[in-house]
Amino acid sequence: ADVEESSKPLFAGLSDISISEDIPVEGDISVPIGSQNADNDLSTLDEPVKDTIMRDLRAVGQKFVHVMYPKKSSALLRDWDLWGPLLLCVTLALMLQGGSADSEEDGRPQFAEVFVIIWFGSVIITLNSKLLGGTISFFQSLCVLGYCILPLTVAMIVCRIVLLGSSGGISFAVRLIVVTASFGWSTFASTAFLADSQPANRKALVVYPVFLFYFVIGWMILTFSPSR
Amino acid sequence: MARSDFQFQFQEFDDATTVTIDDPVKSRNQRSAETGFLEDETDNVTLNGDDKTEFLSDQRKSAPFWTFEYYQMLFDVDSHQVKNRIVGSVLPWPGKNFVEVYLRSKPDLYGPFWICATLVFAIAISGNMSSFLKHQGQPEYKYVPDFRKVTMAATAIYSYAWLVPLALWCFLTWRNRKTTSLVSYSFLQIVCVYGYSLSIYIPAVILWIIPSEGLRWCSIVVALCLSGSVLVMTFWPATRDDKPRITIAVMTSIVILHVLLAVGCKVRLETLCVINYCVHSLAVRH
Repeated sequence: ADVEESSKPLFAGLSDISISEDIPVEGDISVPIGSQNADNDLSTLDEPVKDTIMRDLRAVGQKFVHVMYPKKSSALLRDWDLWGPLLLCVTLALMLQGGSADSEEDGRPQFAEVFVIIWFGSVIITLNSKLLGGTISFFQSLCVLGYCILPLTVAMIVCRIVLLGSSGGISFAVRLIVVTASFGWSTFASTAFLADSQPANRKALVVYPVFLFYFVIGWMILTFSPSR
Repeated sequence: MARSDFQFQFQEFDDATTVTIDDPVKSRNQRSAETGFLEDETDNVTLNGDDKTEFLSDQRKSAPFWTFEYYQMLFDVDSHQVKNRIVGSVLPWPGKNFVEVYLRSKPDLYGPFWICATLVFAIAISGNMSSFLKHQGQPEYKYVPDFRKVTMAATAIYSYAWLVPLALWCFLTWRNRKTTSLVSYSFLQIVCVYGYSLSIYIPAVILWIIPSEGLRWCSIVVALCLSGSVLVMTFWPATRDDKPRITIAVMTSIVILHVLLAVGCKVRLETLCVINYCVHSLAVRH
């Protein structure tokens, strides 16, 4: 028996062993509750409301900075939030909507139409990139597309200021330049974040819908004419 | 021991790797024509082994249509493939069937969907711009971007791109039961052909901005001829074995629907422009 045991590999005969005596097993099982976790939970409940709001606002502002100077950083993707896109979308839709004082034939897009276009368009583009095999998650993509509307919102504000002055040919040229520049900026910023998550031979297929999306929004901004 | 293991292995069939370009379309689509619409995912051809041959690589893993993976298979295209398909739908080459050469039993939905979306926005934008340029300088005309054009154009184009292939597929399947045709197409392939054939209209519609009636009609006619001939050449093999009357009826109805779409869009947009202008001038005078 001893010769057999030595020729077999180690622990081979372990299954044959039966425990006849009680081997005392004792110890202490406890989940270590990290003291810093408890402190964090308590601290965010007890902190003043101003701190909570400022923290979120600072996160949103940081992402705005990332959009304005697009580098290949993953901060936008890691901590996604939808506050920024909501803020930008509401601002843009408020500025683009047709006033109710005008006649019904005024074909300017209503608030709901702009809102729906932006969110529906973002959802469709996200679905498209996921169907093509992208590794980015649904809400991360929505977050990126929403934040990259920031240059176009800035262009809308500039256009409105320019239209306060005059609405002739020169203002049209200025608005055209501003909107074109911001459209290019938006597309470039969003592709800088989105393109990495796609397989290499499909990048063009993913970038084109983003291009179309910002083109349509830019078109709506450019053709905005103020109500009399 | 080794011999009994060998007997249970799948044996490669030599003729599976020597298929011609027509045979896979034939055999797969004949089966698919018999089993109906959702045949793509239940088409378990019992071939495995070497995936490098193109025929075998077209065999997708089957997935039920309510899962995400089924739709992912429909978007399984690369950039250069989409580019080739668009070019192939614009330049009709006699003898080259679009389905056989470009689709090769791998139809995609990326092309049809985004070409239709681009066409919708192109129509809306060029319609707005052409009406703006036509009425420029007239003081009563206040330029407003007409948003209703987008919804109208979207309805027209998407229903054309989906309902006409559905009707055509139903008709072809019904005729296939009566006559033994060698070539039959699945629903997704017909949707794909129609979607890509609309791609020539995008540059034609952009040319509408130039306010020259002759140029507009010219661009529409050229686009019609090109995409119409691609459609006719694609569906000719599917109907040529039928009675000549049926064949001619199908071909002419395809062409007529295509013409109606192009002319209808153009006329509708111009009517809307005129109506807008009249209403605006009336409103301003009050």
